[in-house]
Amino acid sequence: MLYIKCPYCGYRSQNEFAYGGDATIKRPELNKEVTDKEWDNFVYLRKSPRGKHLELWHHVSGCRQWIKVLRDTNTHEIFNTYKSEDKVET
Amino acid sequence: MTQSFRLDKTGLINKNKKISFKFNGKSYFGYEGDTLASALIANGVHLVGRSFKYHRPRGFFGAGVDEPYAIVQLYRNGETDPNVRATEQELFEGLEAKSVNCWPSVNFDIGAINNFLNIFLPAGFYYKTFMWPRSFWYKIYEPFIRKAAGFGAASTKHDKEKYEHKYEYCDLLIAGSGPSGLASAYAAAKNGARVILAEDKPRYGGSLLTSDVSIGNQSGKDWADNIIAELKGMENVIVKNRSQIFGYYDHNMLVMSERITDHLPKSDKHTPKQRMWYIRAKQVVISSGSIERPIVFGNNDTPGVVLASAAKEYMKVYGVLVGKKPVIFTNNDSAYETAIEFKKNNINPVVLDSRKNPQSEIIKEALSLGIEVKFSHVVVAAKGYKKVKSCDIAMISDNKENLIDITNIKCDCICVSGFWTPTIHLASQSGSKTKFVEDIDAFIPDKSKQKEITLGSANGVFTLDETLKTSFQKGYELSKEITNQDNKLQSPQVSEKQQSKHDKFWCVPLPNGKNYKRFLDFQNDVAVSDIELALREGYRSIEHVKRYTTLGMATDQGRTSNLNGLQLVSKIENKVVPAVGHTTFRPPYTPVTIGAIVGREIGKHSKPTRKSPMHSWHEKNNAVFVDAGVWLRPRYYKKDNEGLFEASKREAENVRKNVGVCDVTTLGKIDVKGKDSAEFLNRVYTNAWLKLPVGKARYGVMLREDGVVMDDGTTTRISENHYHMTTTTAQAANVLSHLEYYLQIVWPELDVNVVSSTEQWAGAAIAGPKSRDLLQKIFPDTDVSNDALPFMGFLEANLFGVKARIFRISFSGELAYEVNVESDNGNFMWEKIIENGKHFNLQPYGTEALSTLRIEMGHVAGSELDGRTIPYDTGLDGLISKKKDFIGKRSLLKKAFNETDRQRIVGVVPLDKKTSIPEGSHLVNDPKAKMPILKLGHISASCWSVEHNNPFSLAILKDGKNMIGSKLYAMSPLKNKTIPVEIVSSHYVDPKGERVRS
Ligand SMILES: [Zn+2]
Repeated sequence: MLYIKCPYCGYRSQNEFAYGGDATIKRPELNKEVTDKEWDNFVYLRKSPRGKHLELWHHVSGCRQWIKVLRDTNTHEIFNTYKSEDKVET
Repeated sequence: MTQSFRLDKTGLINKNKKISFKFNGKSYFGYEGDTLASALIANGVHLVGRSFKYHRPRGFFGAGVDEPYAIVQLYRNGETDPNVRATEQELFEGLEAKSVNCWPSVNFDIGAINNFLNIFLPAGFYYKTFMWPRSFWYKIYEPFIRKAAGFGAASTKHDKEKYEHKYEYCDLLIAGSGPSGLASAYAAAKNGARVILAEDKPRYGGSLLTSDVSIGNQSGKDWADNIIAELKGMENVIVKNRSQIFGYYDHNMLVMSERITDHLPKSDKHTPKQRMWYIRAKQVVISSGSIERPIVFGNNDTPGVVLASAAKEYMKVYGVLVGKKPVIFTNNDSAYETAIEFKKNNINPVVLDSRKNPQSEIIKEALSLGIEVKFSHVVVAAKGYKKVKSCDIAMISDNKENLIDITNIKCDCICVSGFWTPTIHLASQSGSKTKFVEDIDAFIPDKSKQKEITLGSANGVFTLDETLKTSFQKGYELSKEITNQDNKLQSPQVSEKQQSKHDKFWCVPLPNGKNYKRFLDFQNDVAVSDIELALREGYRSIEHVKRYTTLGMATDQGRTSNLNGLQLVSKIENKVVPAVGHTTFRPPYTPVTIGAIVGREIGKHSKPTRKSPMHSWHEKNNAVFVDAGVWLRPRYYKKDNEGLFEASKREAENVRKNVGVCDVTTLGKIDVKGKDSAEFLNRVYTNAWLKLPVGKARYGVMLREDGVVMDDGTTTRISENHYHMTTTTAQAANVLSHLEYYLQIVWPELDVNVVSSTEQWAGAAIAGPKSRDLLQKIFPDTDVSNDALPFMGFLEANLFGVKARIFRISFSGELAYEVNVESDNGNFMWEKIIENGKHFNLQPYGTEALSTLRIEMGHVAGSELDGRTIPYDTGLDGLISKKKDFIGKRSLLKKAFNETDRQRIVGVVPLDKKTSIPEGSHLVNDPKAKMPILKLGHISASCWSVEHNNPFSLAILKDGKNMIGSKLYAMSPLKNKTIPVEIVSSHYVDPKGERVRS
């Protein structure tokens, strides 16, 4: 079970969190024309990298904040965690 | 009765306390502190089981966790446990055990015929034989294999015992209380660290219990006892025996199973049998020790062939002799301790040492005690069927390939030692790689992967002096990093005998003309010849060889067999052992009971149960409850002899005719506040929200980004910047997470806050033509007329002194209201409604009537909003705004979502107006067509329409829009029903929606 440092609550076990997928996906702006391809990229297509991955986790059984986690998908090492508004260089 | 194999003067057991027990129906006694194994051996019992494949007689091989043979069915306090290792099971008064894998008895086992047919049971036998013909698999092969496979039988009764889980955090978790574990625990604890020290066995001390060493001026055992006593008295230390750390998971999470009452006749009322510990450790010390491995020779599975270290442990810990005429067969010095211990107890062993001319202190001591030692000698084969009676021995050539002068000597046991294998399971589970060390012919952990360190013989260090020095140092260093304290202890002086080098010899060659079985894996009957066959057949990867031959796959996980198997593969393949590699170590290290894994989360405790504030009223009024998500809701209120059908029909009819009340507390509620709330709702819902006035409610549908309907419900504008959102009971948690995601991640600029208020409000739906009259009675001071409180209106009002919210919304299609009060006042509100409703023939109704009412109205719910339907499919397309954007809108442009024959909701009525259609039935054109029949749609929900007094169902049907009036068949192969049906509108009652507005 992973040990995730919530930027608000500190270290908590994985079972307090829900996984939220790739944190670098940006939703197209409202009312903006987007092509089918752009939209499908946003809704469906995700990379499955082996290695560093910036992802969202939701502290569901805690502060209920969505946070960003930089994790190695291969080793499960967590390099750092961030508040949702933090800009992260990957 | 005397115990002829019990020693008077040695042992750590309590000889003042006799304990009686039964094995295979026969009564014996042992002493407090015995294991089932030691007590049986004391009574001269060596035949305890049969092997897996050939049903060969099996005795004891080890004295602990490595035991491959002595697996028994245990009976305790009316319960039974399968596959208990007799070497680990402590004796208690009244213990009963039986042999497994034998029929009709362990002495005469019909399955042993496999032994004589073994030419037919080579490696991969099952794969080869049970493949063809395919149709034989389920009826003939599988039942046969199931009958032949497995050892004990699991109980089919409910387990009365309690199990529990515990979460713990520490600085240092130390796995194993041998010298390295004790030293590192002591050094770290004295330096202020929070330490957990776990020992699998009942007794602490590991090898110190049986080795002839001194530490400081004490014996090894006394030193261990004193350290443990001191650790137990320290506040920062938890010391646990009978506790196996069996799994090493991510981020230094380790799991330990503690056996609390397995060694007692029964558990106290409030004591759990076992406890599972989930431990998050800053650092882990793996001091799991090492396990002796055997040398392979002919018939080496005969009862009476034991590990030399086990023979020593039986003498020194339990005061029990495994035999009175022992042969000791070794390739290293450690077995000499066993020989000396025999000699001290007036037994004369013969030592066969495969080495030509070893020189060491302990060998000198053995010789000086008059022990007979034959160098360059080996055991060729054990003789005897149910017990060793003699053995063939021979001199072995220097190249270890030729046997010279085979002779037979009498003996009653053969104590074998092929050197030591570090127990690296935990280190390997942590993700660490391993490395092969030529010096000890075994693998040890390589660089640490997580925050762990391996010490002592688990790390391939076999001298006590070095072990203690390193462990004291590491305990100090690791704790200093965490505690920043600097209290360093000196490692004590050690006196131990220096050991000479072991011999790399591990397998005795077959003599000419002999075809003895030489076993590698004792539990699974994998012999040298099986591995040779697998390699001849082309298997190369050690993982494949393992699965094909089942080497190392038994409940002992190959603890005594894996390395010898690797030696064999490397020899045949002409590769070095590290090039062959080893199979993966996976948790659990030892079997864990299902009970411990589940803990307290059984039955009603497997999930939380939520009850509404009115629950006790429902109970008192004969409600029959149903699980609705985590909630318990009244399904119907039983009157006289009514069943579900009659009661729900009565309740629904009363709503249509008079008035009913339903507990709707479980509905999800979310408070939405902030100046951008309207804008946010406008983005979340498919319809327009910007112009909803204060005091009005609106029905809304929300989508996922892929265009599929996520949830629906009404949301009410309470004040300018305050909305009260409702969700379905099932989706409440998901909707909240969904809203939080958009507010925190996608549109953080919006000034909106959301919070769940589900449990803050108790809700009652009052529905039916007389509902307004009833409402007026409970709110005498409030104008609830159609003008003052129109459909989709909202009022705050005073319910006999209690603040209430009234929403004029309807799920039933009737004139209806929902009244909310703070949860604490829920019961008060409910009783007021019931009391005042008598006059109007009010009846409470449950979820079944609620469903009936919504189905015949054509209101969609969870069974239609099933995560596969878009607004069009469920008839909600009228709620899609053309003017604004919202979550999921772009997806609705997808081609498939705009096909002209797209699926859509319809109503379904059986032609005979009698036969109810099972939910989940498929709608088809021709039920007699060849399978698979083309499916046009499915029945999503069924009810008995109280309005029309015949069955009615909702369905999602291909081209549903144009199918009204057509005749199809509803097929349910599950219920074996085919029903001719007519497709009608989904709005079966009041299609114009006049009642809700009346
Ligand atoms: Zn948090």
